[in-house]
Amino acid sequence: MLLDKEETTPLFYDEICVIETDTGKSERVWNGLKKRISTTALHCVTCCWLADSYPKSDGWLADSYPKSDEVIFRYIYKCFKSKESIETNFGDPDVLELSKIYHQVSYENLRVKQFVRFQKTKDDIYFAAIEPLHNVISLSVEHFKDRFASQKWIVYDTKRNYGYYYDMKDVVRITFNDNNMLTHNGIHETIMADDEKMFQNLWKTYFKAIAIKERKNPRKQVQDMPRRFWKYLTEKN
Amino acid sequence: MDSQVLDKLKILAESAKYDVSCSSSGTVRSNKKGGLGNTVGGVGICHSFADDGRCISLLKVMLTNYCIFDCAYCINRHSNDIRRATLSVSELVEITMEFYRRNYIEGLFLSSGVVRNADYTMERLVKVAKDLRAQGFNGYIHLKSIPGASQLLVNEAGLYADRMSVNVEIPKEQSLKLLAPEKDFKSIFTPMKFIGQGLLESKENRQKFRNAPRFVPAGQSTQMIVGVSPETDNDILHLSSALYSQPSMRRVYYSGYVSVNEYDNRLPVLKQPPLVRENRLYQADWLLRFYQFKVDEIVDDSFPNLDLEVDPKLSWALRHPEFFPMDVNTAPYEMILRIPGIGTRSAAQIVASRRYGKLNSYNLKKIGVVMKKAQYFIVNKELPMRTINELKPETVKRLLTANPKKDKMEGQLAFDFGG
Repeated sequence: MLLDKEETTPLFYDEICVIETDTGKSERVWNGLKKRISTTALHCVTCCWLADSYPKSDGWLADSYPKSDEVIFRYIYKCFKSKESIETNFGDPDVLELSKIYHQVSYENLRVKQFVRFQKTKDDIYFAAIEPLHNVISLSVEHFKDRFASQKWIVYDTKRNYGYYYDMKDVVRITFNDNNMLTHNGIHETIMADDEKMFQNLWKTYFKAIAIKERKNPRKQVQDMPRRFWKYLTEKN
Repeated sequence: MDSQVLDKLKILAESAKYDVSCSSSGTVRSNKKGGLGNTVGGVGICHSFADDGRCISLLKVMLTNYCIFDCAYCINRHSNDIRRATLSVSELVEITMEFYRRNYIEGLFLSSGVVRNADYTMERLVKVAKDLRAQGFNGYIHLKSIPGASQLLVNEAGLYADRMSVNVEIPKEQSLKLLAPEKDFKSIFTPMKFIGQGLLESKENRQKFRNAPRFVPAGQSTQMIVGVSPETDNDILHLSSALYSQPSMRRVYYSGYVSVNEYDNRLPVLKQPPLVRENRLYQADWLLRFYQFKVDEIVDDSFPNLDLEVDPKLSWALRHPEFFPMDVNTAPYEMILRIPGIGTRSAAQIVASRRYGKLNSYNLKKIGVVMKKAQYFIVNKELPMRTINELKPETVKRLLTANPKKDKMEGQLAFDFGG
């Protein structure tokens, strides 16, 4: 099991083996991997690495919590061991597991793109806070950079306490020292742009008006828009 | 912008909500320098989900809900006494841009009631799209083409819009004429033809000149109302299939009729919109587009309506037991697609994986096959147990439609603990 330096060791584990990051070695493995599997599969491995808390995928295999780091390890091991690429052999449990974790992570990435809501500040920065399940906001930076090229923006992961700031030229990674400017669901009203509230109200009004009462379907709504995102959704506040 | 805008937006969104189309798919375009927005991946993004569970991807709104037409099924019909409003072009442009900047929407879906005449209305719609593009808006625009609009205006609209649509609404002309006296098939299919022609011409031009303008890159879509007129699913799906044979037609939407004008005796009285039937039509539509089914295999004159109890693919399988059981380790992709319980993704994974070794039911389950359904239709590495041929289709249908929860409850002993 892989742990960060600050993380506490879980119960019943006592043997700890400290491994220092060695870029030389990791690059060697990565380059070797590049020769053996396609870029798509490499991307899957990257995404899998960003998976944070990974819940078990099926209920019927009791007490097996596949850990994404162990899956990656075995996957890479198998890639090097096999003569041909194993990336499409979904009969292999690790290949299948990796593809499942990949789908979860990339789905979470899509949800970030879907449910990020920007609020305009007095100094014309569009700010959005979000708490994704996996550590995925780095994956959506390129998307926001292209889409909102003509405005300054910040996408901030409040759970992991870092974010990205775009100044209409470059994207930089930032961390706030204090969160005074933030409330439980966005930025403080004192630093909001003058017309921000009005557009939020317009959006809320629109959101209510567009639903057809006769077809009310709260189950579908929660299924497609999980409750854990509602905190930062303008229309749900 | 004044406080009236809030009210207008409310009225005009409520007038537009019965149009089901919302997708922002079909175009991939990155942002331009200094512009706002792009369209991604060809599939679009849903930014929110309304209380009815439908996706909100585009700002779906009408420019005005004044209308000179009197279509029986429409909330905005001329003889209805509802609140009417009109948004100005600049107001709508500003709302769209500001919503987009906050990541609320993928773009705009603009429709309108018919004021004065078709061309006058169409011109206003085109003006909105043109102004948005002039201000650097590079997101998705879906424009409704007004029935009876001239080719000149449709051609101009196509230069700014990603997708255009004309709604068929009623699948047979005689019913259409009864319910919407101002419309006929000609006024609907003519603008549809203009859009198709424009798209073809632009494709040809772009092969010669790389910088020739794109014309509705995401093609066109249309919508049919389900349950408002006596047409069968056979009529509806045959029309869909014919529409899909045009290269520019990307989506046909089905809208279960919501009783909005109960007083009109030309309309059926429905307590609830026909949601199950609508769902089955969408499933059949998927079979046409992604599962390589022919429309005659799904419905025909002897089987005019879809089975509401089971989905159309299962229904086809039950009517054709001679194709089963199918061996997942040898059958071609097209045939694996036809097995109930296997979707496009599972089918592709099966075909990719079986090269490494034969698959058993554990592998299939892990891949994501719904074994509860598929078990009666397949053989794999293991010996087949009870397939459709041993059990007879009726039994399989009964087994699959039975409500498992209810059965369990009946089988359980009830303890009476007393007071």
